[in-house]
Amino acid sequence: MKIEDTISRKPPASDPAASAAIDVAHLVKVYKATRAVDDVSFRIARGSITGLLGGNGAGKTTTIAMIMGLVLPTSGRIHVLGFPMPEQSAEVLGRMNFESPYVDMPMRLTVRQNLTIFGRLYAVRNLADRIDRLASDLDLRDFIDRANGKLSAGQKTRVALAKALINEPDLLLLDEPTASLDPDTADWVRQHLENYRKSHNATILLASHNMLEVERLCDRVIIMKRGKIEDDDSPDRIMARYNRDTLEEVFLDVARGRTRESAT
Amino acid sequence: MSGIAVHRGLSLNRINAMVLRYWYLLLSSWPRLLELVYWPALQIITWGFLQNYISQTSGFFAQAGGTLIGAVILWDILFRGQLGFSISFLEEMWARNLGNLMMSPLKPIEFLISLMIMSLIRLAIGVVPMTLLALFFFGFNFYAIGLPLIAFFCNLIFTSWSVGIFASGLVLRNGLGAESIVWTLMFALMPLACIYYPVSVLPPWLQVVAWMLPPTYVFEGMRALLIDHVFRTELMVDALVINAVLLVASFAIFLALLRSAKRNGSLLSGGE
Repeated sequence: MKIEDTISRKPPASDPAASAAIDVAHLVKVYKATRAVDDVSFRIARGSITGLLGGNGAGKTTTIAMIMGLVLPTSGRIHVLGFPMPEQSAEVLGRMNFESPYVDMPMRLTVRQNLTIFGRLYAVRNLADRIDRLASDLDLRDFIDRANGKLSAGQKTRVALAKALINEPDLLLLDEPTASLDPDTADWVRQHLENYRKSHNATILLASHNMLEVERLCDRVIIMKRGKIEDDDSPDRIMARYNRDTLEEVFLDVARGRTRESAT
Repeated sequence: MSGIAVHRGLSLNRINAMVLRYWYLLLSSWPRLLELVYWPALQIITWGFLQNYISQTSGFFAQAGGTLIGAVILWDILFRGQLGFSISFLEEMWARNLGNLMMSPLKPIEFLISLMIMSLIRLAIGVVPMTLLALFFFGFNFYAIGLPLIAFFCNLIFTSWSVGIFASGLVLRNGLGAESIVWTLMFALMPLACIYYPVSVLPPWLQVVAWMLPPTYVFEGMRALLIDHVFRTELMVDALVINAVLLVASFAIFLALLRSAKRNGSLLSGGE
């Protein structure tokens, strides 16, 4: 039984939001007395990698969660792949995926079982082949039939990445994708993300505290502080504006309240 | 899993995927399997011997053989049906997997249907051995109830799903701090559903409340069948109507709680 909807999957061509992978306008999220996200607007081009930077409590995770539809905004609007969220989330959820430290894969299930289940949820065709391919690309073969709970942190991250890529998403949302990984594994994951973007013309939005990662991966950086966008540009231009050699120095300037002018 | 896109259509593949996920989980853990059989078995043995003892001392119970054992089995269908539903839901909370599901194309109705299927599977694993123990130890053939058993079972399982959906919604909204609701909510119905005694025992004002609960109709129906040998169809039809209302209401409440969880961000924390 599959009663498919008959609504067109193409967004209206006249809609300017349709050309962007993510279009966020005047986004606000208030939790009781806390303004976690405060009038945030940005548009992310298809095929780009954008880094969302900011200290703890800056509003990165809340922003990503609203884009994913896990958190409802207090006000503002979100378009993902041309469709308004969360109203038409059914149109896009199958074309996006995510990885986050806030969720786990079921621990008692083997890697293969987990990937099989998520592959079926995303209606992946030739699922066995897809899992084999991911196992090969992400080096999962040695532990594909081991329970997820028995894997090392690095192995779990690779499995989570495999789940995030199972449906070959057009849009990938990553929250701290290399947190708690050793430098070698982290570098390996970054390389894979870069390759995936190139091969699939995918859009990637990642929140990270790892400035080197953002410098290396991202075409564009959005810096958030206390729920607002503090800066938004390419890594090179942002570093030039703050007269700094690294994004880490820029991050510290922003975190410690040094303005662009006083930093220079 | 958008609350808004609920009615766009169902995918059997996604429901199958979720049932497979719980099936894998069940097979991966023998304590989980053992627990399904353990408590129902203890229940039936304890209450069965009690029924034997009372039968020897009371003429009424000797005549109405099996009412106590029958009530225990039907109560277990109600209680274990809800637990089977809710525990599968809790597995997602314990595994911190809910975010993965919420962001997948899985719809709330598909998720709930998979939990219903799992409640049936878990119930079968737990209750079938229980009925066999009743037959073996106490000579009570539960299946001899015949066709009325289908009406009893359907009404009880529908109520258990309604309670399960409601309890799961509360946990979804309030996090694992509200987990105890899953284990205790059904017991709130216990005195009012008149499992072991007729409705007439209750004070008149409480009888009105009792008749709002579908299980009351089932247990009255069971007593009518075992004591008076009459199947009261009207009781089952009334229970079915109330169950339909309860199921729709619980689903609407679940969606409202899901929306509320998305509004207050508890899907991200999922904690206490």
